[in-house]
Amino acid sequence: MSAFDSEMKTEIVETDILVIGGGTGGPMAAIKAKEKNPALKVVLMEKANVKRSGAVSMGMDGLNNAVIPGYATPEQYVKEITVANDGIVHQKAVMAYATGSYPMIQYLDSIGVKFEKDGSGEYNVRKVHHMGTYVLPMPEGHHVKKALYRQLRKHQVLVTNRYMATRLLTGTDGRVAGAIGVNTRTGEFLVIRAKAVVLACGAAGRLGLPASGYLFGTYENPANCGDGYAMAYHAGAGLANLECYQINPLIKDYNGPACAYVTGPFGGYTANNKGERFIECDYWSGQMMKEFYGELLSGNGPVFLNMTHLAEETISEIETILHSNERPSRGRFHEKRGTNYREKMVEMHISEIGFCSGHSASGVWVDENARTTVPGLYAAGDMASVPHNYMLGAFVNGGIAGEDAADYCASTDLPAYDAADVAREQARVMAPTRRDDGLTPFEMEYKARRLVNDYLQPPKVTAKYKIGQARLAEVRDDLSALCVKDPHELMRALELQSILDCADMAAAASLYRTESRWGLYHWRVDHPATDNENWFCHTLLYKDEMGRMAHKKRAVDPYVVEIDEDEMGAYHQLRTPAIAAE
Amino acid sequence: MPFANHTTSVPVTVDDDKCIAEKGCRVCIDVCPLDVLAINPASGKAHMKYDECWYCMPCEVDCPTGAVKVEIPYLLR
Ligand SMILES: Cc1cc2nc3c(=O)[nH]c(=O)nc-3n(C[C@H](O)[C@H](O)[C@H](O)COP(=O)(O)OP(=O)(O)OC[C@H]3O[C@@H](n4cnc5c(N)ncnc54)[C@H](O)[C@@H]3O)c2cc1C
Ligand code: SF4
Ligand code: SF4
Repeated sequence: MSAFDSEMKTEIVETDILVIGGGTGGPMAAIKAKEKNPALKVVLMEKANVKRSGAVSMGMDGLNNAVIPGYATPEQYVKEITVANDGIVHQKAVMAYATGSYPMIQYLDSIGVKFEKDGSGEYNVRKVHHMGTYVLPMPEGHHVKKALYRQLRKHQVLVTNRYMATRLLTGTDGRVAGAIGVNTRTGEFLVIRAKAVVLACGAAGRLGLPASGYLFGTYENPANCGDGYAMAYHAGAGLANLECYQINPLIKDYNGPACAYVTGPFGGYTANNKGERFIECDYWSGQMMKEFYGELLSGNGPVFLNMTHLAEETISEIETILHSNERPSRGRFHEKRGTNYREKMVEMHISEIGFCSGHSASGVWVDENARTTVPGLYAAGDMASVPHNYMLGAFVNGGIAGEDAADYCASTDLPAYDAADVAREQARVMAPTRRDDGLTPFEMEYKARRLVNDYLQPPKVTAKYKIGQARLAEVRDDLSALCVKDPHELMRALELQSILDCADMAAAASLYRTESRWGLYHWRVDHPATDNENWFCHTLLYKDEMGRMAHKKRAVDPYVVEIDEDEMGAYHQLRTPAIAAE
Repeated sequence: MPFANHTTSVPVTVDDDKCIAEKGCRVCIDVCPLDVLAINPASGKAHMKYDECWYCMPCEVDCPTGAVKVEIPYLLR
């Protein structure tokens, strides 16, 4: 069609390291690779603009999981995360994060990211988790992206904004060989050959449909639609525990954090319609979400965030934090609904499903060096399998990926790739531009995500999952009619294809694990019990040699921090005693 | 399958009197993580071209003249 040249423009660039995703973990990977070896060429490819992209686009309210000497030890943290994940964790990777946590906070501090300190200049850490103390507020958290951007410039990282990576290139010897990107404003192609690639494309946050019906009214930044998961899958990497969905307790309709992490330390709490507490701990775990879900469906719903009992100066402080940093439109939302924290509890709801390790445990498998199962391919942040790692985890693991990739590059050459792979990918990408009429990305995305809600949202029922798979396959067949009229719509059309890939992966991974685990996240109604004998293991989903979706189990590595039997149950006793007895 | 023209209200508005796009400003268009803002060919000013907004607000906060206003999309309000 007219907006596209019939002759495709393709530029080929060579680099040592390619980082895909310039949100949180990606920039840190690029910076740390350059710090390690300034002679390396590092390219950062970003779908949006690194100045304001990703989950921390506007900043962040605080660190959810800071491991700071005097408040928590790495061992304690590893224990906490192991217990919160029902034991299925690669502890070495969690330990790598925990030991890297404090040095990263000091580094961020040194580049101008501000954290809350007390009168004597010590970090002011607060308690939200069940056992330890890990939450460090950032009342001036809106400077995060600016600080990162200064470092990207200082280290001369080459940034390509408005290029969406569509597929990884695999070398003829099985190593990663680079990636293909398409410009979201011109439709031009960029082929980047690289020795190592770091994926940091964020969560798969556009999988389910928000209750409002607005496609972009998601908790995650909607640019994070699962491209990273889809690219890793098509490159043959293993994806871990995808059935451990992300589901969050959010402000109803606004779909932003409520946010118990910020208000909890000030005395705010989650309550039912009688204003009563029903959970002891607001830390987001699958068990907590199951209690939340149960309360919503019982006569005690809806669920609220209660702050009405707090003193005026406490509420103004909360307002200053919540309405100025990460989701500043929250104040406007409350205003339109006439919600004032002083007078009215804030209605909450559970979100649609997604994949995310930042908040849950569904991600591309990585070890303690951020390496995936494909040589030369790294992953970090929300899309990598280190559980519950949040913003600081994206920074620490991004840094680990960048440094390890820098070492790896020193001893390797640029892999050869098959030019036919590029031609095939260009044909796939451009197909919707070659049609004059058909189906729009908007309607196909709406339908796919509505089906995800109808059939894949937990509780997971096998019969529903089978129907969901069949209906999603019909939508996939309709891709042959997908039609776009400009490069912007082309981006949405490609995103839709990532969403479909993720929906298929969510269904297949959930059916594979025939037990229930992680509270609401993997509640299989037909297999209600936790079966440690057969399923105390990771699941890996991957694309086999025939191009089919396949699964295997991966044993949990021996723990580096031992956990007692009785400690293991800590996150199962979340209900407040009074209500549990009812 | 022919297409229909589907009209919807947009959550982000630009005050044409304040917008200085004619001086080369493109700040809001540059920073939007979803790339939904563009120059309106009719007015030469910035406008919301696609109703695909995360109500995240960099467009409003970074605009040098205070021309942009972000509202919560109607479906959520
Ligand atoms: C609303 C909200 C509140 C949060 N609050 C907190 C908090 O208070 N404390 C805390 O510790 N954590 C919080 N988190 C979590 C934290 O922000 C994330 O875990 C972390 O920022 C994830 O970093 P990332 O690098 O994985 O992803 P992001 O920072 O989201 O970056 C991903 C980037 O990849 C780009 N991208 C996607 N696809 C492609 C593609 N195909 N090609 C090129 N680029 C692509 C995106 O545009 C984006 O810039 C919050 C998250 C959200 C959404
Ligand atoms: S940032 Fe403000 S002044 Fe600049 S183009 Fe956008 S609306 Fe106009
Ligand atoms: S609020 Fe965010 S998504 Fe909406 S137009 Fe502004 S920058 Fe773009």
